[in-house]
Amino acid sequence: MNPPNWLRAVGRVSLWVWAALGLAFLFAPILVTVVYSFNEPEGKYNYVWNRFSLAGWTDPFKYPELTDALVFSLKIAVVVTILSTLFGTLIGLAMVKYRFRAKGLLGAILVLPLTMPEVVLGFSLLTLFVAVNWSRGFITIVIAQVMFSISYVATTVRARIRGFDWRLEEASLDLGASPVRTFTRVTLPLIAPGVIAAALLTFALSLDDFIITYLNSGLDSTFPIQIWNMKRSKIPVQINVFSTALLVISIAIALLLVVTNNRRARRLAVGS
Amino acid sequence: MTTVAAPRPRRRDREADDSGVRARRWFTPWLLIAPGGLWLLIFFVIPLFSLGRLSLQDGGFSNYPQVISDNSTVIIRTFVYATCATVAAVIIGYPLAYVIATKGGRFKNLLLALVVLPFFVTYLVRTLSWKILMFDGGPVVGVLHSLGILSENQGVLGSPFAVVAALTYNFLPFMVLPIYVSLEKLDRRLLEAAADLYSSPARAFRKVTLPLSLPGLFAGTLLTFIPAAGDFVNSELLGSERTVMIGNIIEKNFGKEFFRPELSALSFMLMAIILVGVIIYARILGTEDIA
Repeated sequence: MNPPNWLRAVGRVSLWVWAALGLAFLFAPILVTVVYSFNEPEGKYNYVWNRFSLAGWTDPFKYPELTDALVFSLKIAVVVTILSTLFGTLIGLAMVKYRFRAKGLLGAILVLPLTMPEVVLGFSLLTLFVAVNWSRGFITIVIAQVMFSISYVATTVRARIRGFDWRLEEASLDLGASPVRTFTRVTLPLIAPGVIAAALLTFALSLDDFIITYLNSGLDSTFPIQIWNMKRSKIPVQINVFSTALLVISIAIALLLVVTNNRRARRLAVGS
Repeated sequence: MTTVAAPRPRRRDREADDSGVRARRWFTPWLLIAPGGLWLLIFFVIPLFSLGRLSLQDGGFSNYPQVISDNSTVIIRTFVYATCATVAAVIIGYPLAYVIATKGGRFKNLLLALVVLPFFVTYLVRTLSWKILMFDGGPVVGVLHSLGILSENQGVLGSPFAVVAALTYNFLPFMVLPIYVSLEKLDRRLLEAAADLYSSPARAFRKVTLPLSLPGLFAGTLLTFIPAAGDFVNSELLGSERTVMIGNIIEKNFGKEFFRPELSALSFMLMAIILVGVIIYARILGTEDIA
């Protein structure tokens, strides 16, 4: 019944090789993004390797339209992160802590945006803006991004704070703390890690989003939209420079988060 | 995302999720829900109705057969591409998730970090990097030439292969992560029991590991298929007129004549097909015993 040992060894090795190839498949474009930030393309398009150069890094702001778009993207990401973290956390709290009618319906409405192609979400929102004659720009982009981010925040927060001991809040109230003090001293520290994780996810999603944002952006350009608009005229090295810089910053933040989480876990372990 | 993961939550799980106490004041939960809930109502639920209504303007329900017959090639192509990308993502993603979950050891977190690394680079830039990789004279073309799959003067860009490969790449992490989660939760003692009862490893995989990882496979399939079916970026950047997808038609026309009912009918149809597919898929995976 059992296959011979040599066959099993072959199977095990090929499984490893296949998985390594899968990782390489995921990793290759990232490597290309970084390496090509050091390219000096021959024409206007940074598609073919020509020769090593630091030109992109020494002159990152050469194309003001690209820089402006990145700044615009960051502004939007800040506003979207604040709004959707607030709204989503409140929903997550309500769904974990309380029993109420229509909880199932709310859950379904929260999942639905995640099961719909972005192009449908973006286009349907656009039909609303057109119906009420709203011009597209900063505000409509924020509205669109908050719309899909709420679901992610509520889901993340809900998963992270499930099973907490909410009697601590009652204990605080019983001991004479005001509701505000109870919230800042008891509730907030309890939910903080989940909320921070959700906020970072939202920030990343906002910077990354293209399809929904594009359909509702009017004449304003976020960083991805600017690249989209440039694709027929030029693809400069600076795109890769900014992307590499963002990649390094993201990795640094992720590492910082892992370190602080570990420290927190260790502290909690010592305390108990 | 985890909510998508379970095709049919067991009764007990659902109760655990929905536990909670009755609020001291009945309106407390509603106050918490109000801002986000209203936002979703106004900017998500109502637009769907507005899209549906718009799709029935002028021609009524006859808009739908019209749109389908006008775009039949594109519609079929879209779902073929999305299916191919999803199948490819399973073939690449399942073994990867399996190795990380069962053999990752102390490198587990590092390997997972590598899987989500693509998300740290913007979607459009990632796709442009694929363009670099698939450019004539690039590594992909080189490998295909040396394998004899492509003749010397053929390129890859503009072909369905380029689009499907990039779709697979862009949504692969969505396939790996849910499968990883379900494999990670798997009770290893079940496999030991299978071995003790003289089951071969292959049989144990088929009878134990695979069925227990189905929820993750289910979630991963949806999270890959749905964005792939609605995408227009990969086809636009790496494809040609031969690879136009539904999303491209919407993207090309939304600015000029986007009030056109046909465009609304097309998006509504895309959504409806996906929703129906999701429900059927959930039924099959939820009820049938995979033996």
